[in-house]
Amino acid sequence: MSKQVKQLDRVVIRFAGDSGDGMQLTGDRFTQESASFGNDLVTLPNFPAEIRAPQGTIPGVSSFQVHFADHDILTPGDAPDVLVAMNPAALKANLGDMPKGATIIVDTHDFTGRNLTKAGYESNPLEALDAEDGGDQGPLAGYSVHPVDLTGMTVEAVKEFGLSRKDAARAKNMFALGLLSWLYGRPIAPTEQFLHRRFARVADIRDANLTALKAGWNFGETTETFVVQYEVKPAPMAAGTYRNITGNLALAYGLVAAGVQSDLPVFLGSYPITPASDILHELSKHKAFGVTTFQAEDEIAGIGSAIGAAYGGALGVTTTSGPGIALKSEAIGLAVMTELPLLVIDVQRGGPSTGLPTKTEQADLLQAMFGRNGEAPVPIVAPQSPGDCFSAALEAARIAVTYRTPVMLLSDGYLANGSEPWHVPEVADLPKIDANFATAPAEGEEFLPYSRDPESLARPWAPPGTAGLEHRIGGLEKADGSGNISYDSANHDKMTRLRQAKVDRIAESLPPLEVDDPTGDARVLVLGWGSTYGPIGAAVRRVRNEGGKAAQVHLRHLNPFPKDLGEILKRYDKVLIPEMNLGQLSMLIRAKYLVDAVGFNQVRGLPLKAAELAEAITGLVEQIEKEDAR
Amino acid sequence: MTATDLGLPSLRGTEGVPVLNEGEKLTGKDFSSDQEVRWCPGCGDYAVLKAVQGFLPDLGLRRENIVFVSGIGCSSRFPYYLDTYGMHSIHGRAPSIATGLATSREDLSVWVVTGDGDALSIGGNHLIHALRRNVNMTILLFNNRIYGLTKGQYSPTSEAGKITKSTPMGSVDHPFNPVSLALGAEASFVARTIDSDRKHLTSVLAAAAAHRGTSLVEIYQNCPIFNDGAFDAIKDRDTKEHAIIPLEHGQPIVFGGGTKGLVRAAHGGVEVAEIGDADGQVSLEQVIVHDAHQQDPTLAFAISRLTDAGYLNRSPIGIFRQVERPTYDDQARGQVDSARKAAPGEQSDRLAALIGGGDTWTVV
Repeated sequence: MSKQVKQLDRVVIRFAGDSGDGMQLTGDRFTQESASFGNDLVTLPNFPAEIRAPQGTIPGVSSFQVHFADHDILTPGDAPDVLVAMNPAALKANLGDMPKGATIIVDTHDFTGRNLTKAGYESNPLEALDAEDGGDQGPLAGYSVHPVDLTGMTVEAVKEFGLSRKDAARAKNMFALGLLSWLYGRPIAPTEQFLHRRFARVADIRDANLTALKAGWNFGETTETFVVQYEVKPAPMAAGTYRNITGNLALAYGLVAAGVQSDLPVFLGSYPITPASDILHELSKHKAFGVTTFQAEDEIAGIGSAIGAAYGGALGVTTTSGPGIALKSEAIGLAVMTELPLLVIDVQRGGPSTGLPTKTEQADLLQAMFGRNGEAPVPIVAPQSPGDCFSAALEAARIAVTYRTPVMLLSDGYLANGSEPWHVPEVADLPKIDANFATAPAEGEEFLPYSRDPESLARPWAPPGTAGLEHRIGGLEKADGSGNISYDSANHDKMTRLRQAKVDRIAESLPPLEVDDPTGDARVLVLGWGSTYGPIGAAVRRVRNEGGKAAQVHLRHLNPFPKDLGEILKRYDKVLIPEMNLGQLSMLIRAKYLVDAVGFNQVRGLPLKAAELAEAITGLVEQIEKEDAR
Repeated sequence: MTATDLGLPSLRGTEGVPVLNEGEKLTGKDFSSDQEVRWCPGCGDYAVLKAVQGFLPDLGLRRENIVFVSGIGCSSRFPYYLDTYGMHSIHGRAPSIATGLATSREDLSVWVVTGDGDALSIGGNHLIHALRRNVNMTILLFNNRIYGLTKGQYSPTSEAGKITKSTPMGSVDHPFNPVSLALGAEASFVARTIDSDRKHLTSVLAAAAAHRGTSLVEIYQNCPIFNDGAFDAIKDRDTKEHAIIPLEHGQPIVFGGGTKGLVRAAHGGVEVAEIGDADGQVSLEQVIVHDAHQQDPTLAFAISRLTDAGYLNRSPIGIFRQVERPTYDDQARGQVDSARKAAPGEQSDRLAALIGGGDTWTVV
């Protein structure tokens, strides 16, 4: 039977199931298939903080959303076009996000009394669909629903391997992947190779998964349930080598690269915390690059050891999330006072307190900016997409080493676990970082550990081991120049200003901001930072497509701000600042530039939605027009 | 999640730290910085500083390869007064800073100076984890059984019932015994000495410095302002013979002018017995011979329990435990070194291979 092939320019699919159903893996494999096919894509994993929440319940639902397209895209998509629901709870938890008309593929196997009850369904929503014309079709009315016994067919397909029923049923995610791969014309060869690698030592499991994958594909091809196959053509991309990459992986690679480019051994002191732990895992694999990873007894020892290593001449790094930053605050102050290079990486999650460990948020900006005692300025950089975490790490290292200062890098849960195609850079094009260690003073000259480079205001970095540079540093106020303890009031005032001036001086090294204002006459500027880059970019495009005009500027540097930011802000009638917090960048911008910035703020643990943001931008544009008319 | 044979690095003592050139000699003066020492008159810290400055030249190590790291408290000012590299860090965190430093630099002799509040209260966690990891560093724990720098609150080693500024009706806290704590954490070198006994202090420091791994040395140190006389019983010429239980490896543990010795008790621990022929007395042969090299810390722990928890009328002094165990930093460096050897080639080429690895595709 030959099926109709329909062209689409973009599709959003969400795979949803129980935490143990392998939905993250399924989504990840579908993503890799789409990446190697050449689509542009953005992903959004979403999973509970519990490793295995009670089976079949709403809190236990794990999902993976992938948006792929034949053109460049910026977000994981506001609403899915397709939902794959592996059980009643997955259906119930995700149905609210599905627009009417969307396709829903349901594994009917678990739609039994007990599982329906666990999910909170009083009756089977699939049965309601059979209602007579005009009757109440229940919650699934208006959707294109495909009830399929995925589990049953999987068990049937793999029975030759003699697995237990439980093990056989576990391959159902591969059946689903095979079906969806057929439906969207994805190549399954990469997944076949992956399964060969993954289950190399367990032949029966490997073969069951391979068989389930193919059975899912074949089912799509032969069944009459699906009459149309879809095609999403490859997206045009700049020439080069690409790979799909998550933010945490890109960040870890960026740290390895920072070590290579600075010729410094990397020392990571870290305590496991969601969603940052993957950076620790990844770096622990790269000892061959001279990377040492130290899993400390707590967050404080994580940064303490990194400060010790930095004092010893290593590129000291500590990785954590918001609660860990709170614990590290005093030690960050020590690094400010001792003026040692240090990278502090905060993969932000929902807060306060333990908050939402697996969900994203941008609410640590003010903690990064001000969360220490005393005047303790710390430079802040933020990546804007998963792949961008690589260059953000290099930039943070450049600032830390050049200016002898702790630097805060603010990633977040969405960047950490989300992925996108990444244009792999040429190593020869990466910036070099010069450690510029202090050298022994000439005969008769005194070494002054708190003397300063006139341009950067950085002090000398003098790790132990060089005769003639013996010196003592610490948390007590330093005398300008000698670094000896000083309680002198004029000296404290001077040193406080010097530390601030040094951080401010970083702005001299920053390139001009890129203002995206194609017609040059937009009157609304949308200003963002961090992972909101995608949703803001997509929203601005929508506004422009509908004839509106809006400009976009995205900040990589949050402290200090780029020198030209103030002038740019003043060019626009309105400045809109979308953030996944209650207005933290807005507060900084208002305080520094006296600009009446308008906030667009959500703290839902999820990325902003482009459509909602576009509406807000359009609202501002219209408001200005109305004011003009008056 | 499988255990793997790490292969033991074979370095001993201070190997890896550069030594002075032939004929080169340093003196205590070389280790004195130009900073004015600002402890209270009569503080026990002066004696320890003098002893350390006097003893460091004997190590024969290059001065620029010695680092002192401290936390917060009176004793933590120590690094400012030594002309070595040094960091006066934040409260309780010195062991963690020293761990990062020692792990990333094999060529350094790393010392931690801390006090009873710094090490056992706010920094208790870092202390026990440094000890269990056996990171190559020597920790000098100045125990004056009081908070001095904050002007006289009770500390985690103060005796129960102690009246201080924060405990006007007497402390209801049960104190730590630092040596018991360290042995409980399976520290590989644990010793106790006294600020006023320079000879003993120096001999213990020499052994501690020569030990590869974490050495913990508890130094009883008198605070003349807020806890004067805390150690009088073991310092007083007339009483110390009965107050100090001297521990010397290979020697029977006797004190009180040979009248008393330590024996195994019926309850499984250790107790003091009188030596002699009378009823209830024991012979010298029955007295425990101190074995600091015993891998099992049980007996050393039992001996440590003979320290008075209240006012100090009795305390074992000397090296409780000195055993060899692979150090964290040697093993961590060993893993990095072997990974490096297994991956030859230019770093930049390997970086290109790393970031360009995985499932890639090429757009032309």
